Amino acid sequence: MRIFVNGVARDVSNRLTVQGLLAELGVQSAHVAVEVNRELVPRSRRADHQLAADDAVEVVTLVGGG
Amino acid sequence: MSFDPLRDDPLDLGGHRYRSRLIVGTGKYSTHDVMRQCHEASGCEVVTVAVRRERLIDKEGRNLLDYIDTKRLTILPNTAGCYSAEDAVRHARLGREILTNMGNPGADWVKLEVLGDPKTLLPDPVATLQATEQLVAEGFKVLCYTSDDPIMAKRIKAAGATSVMPAGSPIGSGQGVLNPCNMRIILEYLKGDDPKYPVIIDAGVGTASDVAVSMELGCDGVLLNTGIAGARDPVKMALAMRHACEAGRLAFLAGRIPRKLYATASSPLDGLIAAGR
Repeated sequence: MRIFVNGVARDVSNRLTVQGLLAELGVQSAHVAVEVNRELVPRSRRADHQLAADDAVEVVTLVGGG
Repeated sequence: MSFDPLRDDPLDLGGHRYRSRLIVGTGKYSTHDVMRQCHEASGCEVVTVAVRRERLIDKEGRNLLDYIDTKRLTILPNTAGCYSAEDAVRHARLGREILTNMGNPGADWVKLEVLGDPKTLLPDPVATLQATEQLVAEGFKVLCYTSDDPIMAKRIKAAGATSVMPAGSPIGSGQGVLNPCNMRIILEYLKGDDPKYPVIIDAGVGTASDVAVSMELGCDGVLLNTGIAGARDPVKMALAMRHACEAGRLAFLAGRIPRKLYATASSPLDGLIAAGR
């Protein structure tokens, strides 16, 4: 199925979880936060939250700012 | 004589207590190493950060967080770049999530910034107030960026913000405190019957004297980024900002003399020898 990760279309397997996606992306999971369709998915729910086709996922971290 | 912080109350921001009254940003440094040296030189105990998309394609080896001494520094996530209350609230929640996962004490607060226009980066007052109310209801300690308008400052405090943070001048402009009269009114309105309420000058600082002026007015602290990061020698400027903050705070506590139009002699008038012809 197709989802959008940080605005970019990506083909992933059906029923991929948020945690599975982070593993695929190879991001350090403690340093990111994840939103699916503008709703925060807390770390404790990443393993249970299954993605659906056309989901818009945001994977964010902390960067320099004022 | 060196500054003795024990002679001053700590800066209390909703239960977070600090000896340093400078809050320093993490943006626009030439390298992460320079940033880290600036944080040390400034003596700051709080640093601001922004929330942005993880770079998934051309990832760099090291994260900003590798260069922040999280044992010593509290991280204050901001909502910079947001132009609506909804986006600001989303950024605040995302920042809280990351800091919660990291176990950083900054997880319970946010530097709220809801902008009205990219040219001035001035706040959108209506959206700022809406976002403050929402975030306070969600349990955030809100440190709120605003303009130097005293009525808006009162409204933000009344909405439950932990600190009101008026801009001295536009973000990154280096113009210092353009309207010290408004700042004095804000300080009187917010601290008059609540002297511990923290008011922090956020934005516009160009050089050390701007920090000193802010502190001499009676502000509780100063938040700055570009003034250090953009200086020719950022580490020296960080140290200058630290001294200016301490000097300004001491001068405020000491109480300045009134301004007078005419001179008053410092040397005795009695005992002068006979004047020449």
